[in-house]
Amino acid sequence: MTSTVERPVSAPPAASRRRFVSKAPLRAGAGLAAAAVLLFAVAPVALSDFRLSLLAKYLCFAMVAVGIGLAWGRGGLLTLGQGVFFGLGGYAMAMHMKLADAGPGQMPDFMLLYGQLDALPWWWAPFRSPYFALPATVLLPMLVAFLLGSLVFRRRVRGAYFAILSQALAAALAIFLIGQQGTTGGTNGLTDFQGFFGYDLDDPVNQRMVYFIVAGSLLALLLIARQLIKSRYGELLVAVRDSEERVRFLGYNPANVKLVAYVVAAGMAGLAGALFVPAVGIINPALIGIVPSIEFVIGVAVGGRATLLGPVIGAVAVAWARTTLSEEFPAAWTYLQGLLFVLVVAFLPGGLASVYRLLKERRHGRA
Amino acid sequence: MYSLRGRRTGALLIAVALALTACGSKTGENESSSSGAVADTSGDTVKVGLLNSLSGTMAISEVTVRDSIKLAVEEINASGGVLGKKLEPISEDGASDWPTFAEKAEKLIKEDRVAAVFGCWTSASRKAVKPVFEENKALLFYPVQYEGLEQSPYIFYTGATTNQQIVPGLDYLKSQGKTSVYLVGSDYVFPRTANKIIKAYAAANGMTILGEDYAPLGSTEFGTIVNKVKASKASAVFNTLNGDSNVAFFKEYKSAGLTAATMPVVSVSIAEEEVKSIGTQYLADQLTAWNYYQTTPGAANEKFVKAYKAKYGADKPTSDPMEAAYVSVYLWKAMVEKAGSFEVAKVKAASDGVTFEAPEGTVTIDGATQHIYKTARIGKVGGDGLITEVWNSGSPVKPDPYLKGYAWATGLS
Repeated sequence: MTSTVERPVSAPPAASRRRFVSKAPLRAGAGLAAAAVLLFAVAPVALSDFRLSLLAKYLCFAMVAVGIGLAWGRGGLLTLGQGVFFGLGGYAMAMHMKLADAGPGQMPDFMLLYGQLDALPWWWAPFRSPYFALPATVLLPMLVAFLLGSLVFRRRVRGAYFAILSQALAAALAIFLIGQQGTTGGTNGLTDFQGFFGYDLDDPVNQRMVYFIVAGSLLALLLIARQLIKSRYGELLVAVRDSEERVRFLGYNPANVKLVAYVVAAGMAGLAGALFVPAVGIINPALIGIVPSIEFVIGVAVGGRATLLGPVIGAVAVAWARTTLSEEFPAAWTYLQGLLFVLVVAFLPGGLASVYRLLKERRHGRA
Repeated sequence: MYSLRGRRTGALLIAVALALTACGSKTGENESSSSGAVADTSGDTVKVGLLNSLSGTMAISEVTVRDSIKLAVEEINASGGVLGKKLEPISEDGASDWPTFAEKAEKLIKEDRVAAVFGCWTSASRKAVKPVFEENKALLFYPVQYEGLEQSPYIFYTGATTNQQIVPGLDYLKSQGKTSVYLVGSDYVFPRTANKIIKAYAAANGMTILGEDYAPLGSTEFGTIVNKVKASKASAVFNTLNGDSNVAFFKEYKSAGLTAATMPVVSVSIAEEEVKSIGTQYLADQLTAWNYYQTTPGAANEKFVKAYKAKYGADKPTSDPMEAAYVSVYLWKAMVEKAGSFEVAKVKAASDGVTFEAPEGTVTIDGATQHIYKTARIGKVGGDGLITEVWNSGSPVKPDPYLKGYAWATGLS
């Protein structure tokens, strides 16, 4: 029983170091392989087109979760504003798709309705080119995270102050987008896309394609996260999380260590947002404000923030529960969702990813 | 070793992805690439979808709409159903979240294979589901007044468009000699578009707009806005605030010493249900613009109000969006019966000229726009919380979602 009490994620430095040299990365490798088989072989066969497109949506959330797992679980940066980066990536992609739908030299449909503009706003123009828009979906969020992170981490803003700051940014971006109805679509957001790089999004075959791109990207992000975690940088990141002062006295600059995790997490959220748009067909301010930003973090907490696959499992589980519960109990599902979260936090502080370990310990205990 | 395997997996994935890319159709290559989901009408029952927010900020309004749709479905089933088949309502929660609306719409169409869907409230939720209905060639009945400038071939709009609510509201103000107006609204699509139309109308009709202010949805801080309104000495206020904000706005309005006698407020989102929650003492004698009130005379309305109260409670008022939702189910029934089929294309083809003796009076579908002819009504809030009519358009107004029939509106759409 004592070991269960010690498990919480802010484990003492000694314990986490031990976890590092343990077999955890090996198990993560096996988990990755299992995830690949599930996503690429099982899901496309077992699920209907509709359910598969829902899974694509969940996997986009999972991509954000991988980044949060890195920044929060490994680096201790409680970022309550990942919606900002998700939104930047999403809007960058959506703007390109809107312009591509409109055709060369034309303006998107909603601008003609609400904007009454004579010409495309200057900041829309570059997104017409896929060579600008595609890299921008990832680089733009990373740039914003870099600017914000360098200001904040150097000034040693951390803990709750960092969380509040990141959240304020999410609120600010959402309010800004709502106010600019003529050029951003306001609360409606950007929706009604016909094509994705020339491919008709109405076609179920292309929808499947989008799913495979999402699933492939998620696996790629997991590989990146795994390499980072296993590297020397990964150990440094955990060290900064557990004792920033000690790392500073050892001669490292914790601000830079944190900045890298924050920027990488932002890039992951940006890519997730960009793929969310063709997968779901909409991006709007409600997806990037405070509530969705917190929901991202809830998914990670439920899954287990300090593990590689935990955040993915958590994000998918929470989103899946949301869909199923709301289909079965349209009037009561929000309560069930809350209950689920309370139960996991109260009885499984290590998240769903710790179930396996708990079961094993229990078996050992009985033997 | 593991990273190597990972890399190999990655390469494999890319290869699979590239192989699959070749299969899909390109945009514009084949217009009928998706044949649309076909409703399941093989059994003794036909499913219909109810898509409303049952949780989140919009639930308070949308649950009443869901209730009146259910009432209509029950009444229709009690009188033998549609084409001899009973209706089976499937209710889904849009959760006040627009991507969820899109997800649930797709579920209703593809998994449940419903014959038609009734619901949505906010413009944002309608914009989110519109591509889903168009892609699957399925029908949505949208029961709420909105900002116009839309005409999807797969949506029937049974609430008012701008020329059936906002324009008559302005006509009424003008006829009362209220020619300087202050605009207050929530910050989203409907108020912003409505105010654009109001400004165009004002410019052409010798009215002046003294100010235009927006508060974020859900905002309860109106001190500054009310002070500006008071200082402007406008002769009337046009209010497009939505939801809770109205409570704070009208409290502030009253405490600033402004009344319906000195500076009346015309509201387009306050119906009987909202009057109850804001409090009649703050709203006494203020004006509203709608197409239906609980007090609207006629046998059809007496029957509707009685049935609704019998089912949901004597203290429950009926309102315009609830009535429009109730009517939409009956209109769909009439269209299906005229077409003799549940098939979407045939139902659409049969829509023009279909009428129904609604609680608000006779409504007729305009097949060209898929909106309906509605009588515009200006009402005054009474001390009992009900709204009584002070003016109406005399006959149902032809829907004109793009305001093509109004010279002052050229350039708006």
